[in-house]
Amino acid sequence: MQQCGIFHETYQEDMAVFQTPFVKTGMALLFVFLLIFPWIAKPLNAALRTNTLYLMNLIGIYIIGAHGLNILTGFTGQISLGHGAFMGVGAYSSAILTVKLGIPFWFSLPLAGLITALVGMVFGIPSLRLKGLYLAIATMAAQFIIEYGMRNWTGLTGGSTGMVVSSPSLFGFAIDSDRSYYYLIYTIVIGATIYTKNLTRTRPGRAFVAIRDRYLAAEVIGVNVWLYRILSFGVSSFMVGIAGSLWAHYVLVVNDEAFGIWLSVQYLAMIIIGGMGHVLGAIYGAIFMTLLPILLRIPEHALTQVYPGIFAIFQSLTEGVFGLIIILFLIFEPDGLAARWHTIKNYWKLWPFSY
Amino acid sequence: MNEIWFLLQLIIQGLAIGSVYGLVALGFVLIYKASSVINFAQGELLMVGAYVCLALLTTFNVPFWAGFLLTLAFSVVLALTIERFVLRPMIGEPVISIIMITIGLSLVLKSFVSSIWGVQIKVFPAIFPQAPIKAGQIVVSQVYIYTFLASMVFLVVFALFFKYSRLGIAMRAAANSNQVALSMGISVKRVFAVSWCVAAVVSAVGGILIGNINGVNITLSAVGLKVFPAVILGGLDSVAGAVLGGLIIGILENLSGGYLDHFFGGGVKEVAPFVILVIILMIKPYGLFGTEEIERV
Repeated sequence: MQQCGIFHETYQEDMAVFQTPFVKTGMALLFVFLLIFPWIAKPLNAALRTNTLYLMNLIGIYIIGAHGLNILTGFTGQISLGHGAFMGVGAYSSAILTVKLGIPFWFSLPLAGLITALVGMVFGIPSLRLKGLYLAIATMAAQFIIEYGMRNWTGLTGGSTGMVVSSPSLFGFAIDSDRSYYYLIYTIVIGATIYTKNLTRTRPGRAFVAIRDRYLAAEVIGVNVWLYRILSFGVSSFMVGIAGSLWAHYVLVVNDEAFGIWLSVQYLAMIIIGGMGHVLGAIYGAIFMTLLPILLRIPEHALTQVYPGIFAIFQSLTEGVFGLIIILFLIFEPDGLAARWHTIKNYWKLWPFSY
Repeated sequence: MNEIWFLLQLIIQGLAIGSVYGLVALGFVLIYKASSVINFAQGELLMVGAYVCLALLTTFNVPFWAGFLLTLAFSVVLALTIERFVLRPMIGEPVISIIMITIGLSLVLKSFVSSIWGVQIKVFPAIFPQAPIKAGQIVVSQVYIYTFLASMVFLVVFALFFKYSRLGIAMRAAANSNQVALSMGISVKRVFAVSWCVAAVVSAVGGILIGNINGVNITLSAVGLKVFPAVILGGLDSVAGAVLGGLIIGILENLSGGYLDHFFGGGVKEVAPFVILVIILMIKPYGLFGTEEIERV
């Protein structure tokens, strides 16, 4: 049962991330669920006829990237249309570091994050002088320039054929199955989530939010707006770079086609649908955007049986449905799934005496 | 001597394509000035226009002038629908939401086109005479020259429209300040709608012109992205700047394609405008004619 009120007696209690026994139990249950999921996955696979573990891994990778974008867009209010390409930078730098320089995965993973952070910060420099829409255009240009580099710098990236990457291994134990990679990804997902949650409670986090809400006022009270904007770009790109590196060593082939502007739009859609500026928002959004194409396949299958010609049309409609969902969310639920969940929760908290 | 002819040829082709960019950029700037909406779906409006015209000409065998007018009418209806049902609920929302909603819109339009017409490239029936013209050593397809002339005609028509027509003046007033325009009895809602209509119409014209040169397929919407360098160069809120920016970007893009492709292994044309864009943003973010925003605390 839920408590009817929260009464804190110390500052430590007041500052705690998980405040009530109810939430703590919920988190513990979630943790246990994540721990045993690979064993649940097998019967689930048979029932749903998809590789659920693979989907979970994809969701995990997207959660890390979406947390990154959420820090930049949700917390600092800087829009980025280049995060798809930044993820590509992470993937390619990890691939190049491991394949061409022979650096082990455990070093190339953070290094890929750092390189991406650097690239992100360079393209974040215009944010010193540019506001919302100018920045959107600048990052969109970054997207195209990086994409071009990935495709045409053949000597470094292998051009359009891409690069073949190997799986990581830990103490001689190869992390090459869906299951072992699952644990690797979710260790990082949990770390990234805790980091993001904590970031909002620190000095830089508060500076980010101040800049988002009113950057002139933030400047007046002594926040170094430029520094924190660049920092936000750095942290954000670092996380998306990590996601890219994880993606590269999971899919094992790095190709420029995966990191087009479409991915950037998907990332933005994730945090908008999930809820900008909510840590949970990135998670909901990543789950939603990964499962949506799978869910769309159900009516597609059903209809293809009746009208075989409809398949091609459905192929192109998927993107349109994404677009439509973005539009509908922005018009009817601009705060995203996280806010909707909050409303539902509050409603049931007082039910049936909600007056 | 050869090099100079090559240069001239690149410049002429660039001017033709650039004039179309200028035309589309005009629509973009109009929407931005009137309602502060950055329209990421401009390229898709262009693509839809090109496809509708193509379908009218080839599937329904309509003569060109009728097909052209019907396309413009269709664009107006499309623009009014978009403005009323997608953009109007968003008035007063943060920039990020508005940018995202136009991106969503572009996805919807793109999938609408590809589900009806597929993704294969389609050849436009020739509207202008195709035979190449030779002047000295320059060989330029006539299409480029007609394209340039056609976009210039449209630009002049719209310049006159803004300068002298009642509606045009109302639009300029609303662009200057929505509030003052409202208090003068101008319906700002109507101005928003009209600016979307004009944007859709110029985009459709641009789509038909470009489609005539390169053929029509789904990547035509990429032209809409080239508009960004043009408007940033010209200044985001300057109509004249947008047109000039379009011309300059068209020429620079063609020159970089002609001279730098050897060094970077092709495709420089696609990325050069964006490199220029980043450089402009770094050194002169408000472009050639844009109003600089000065903030005082």
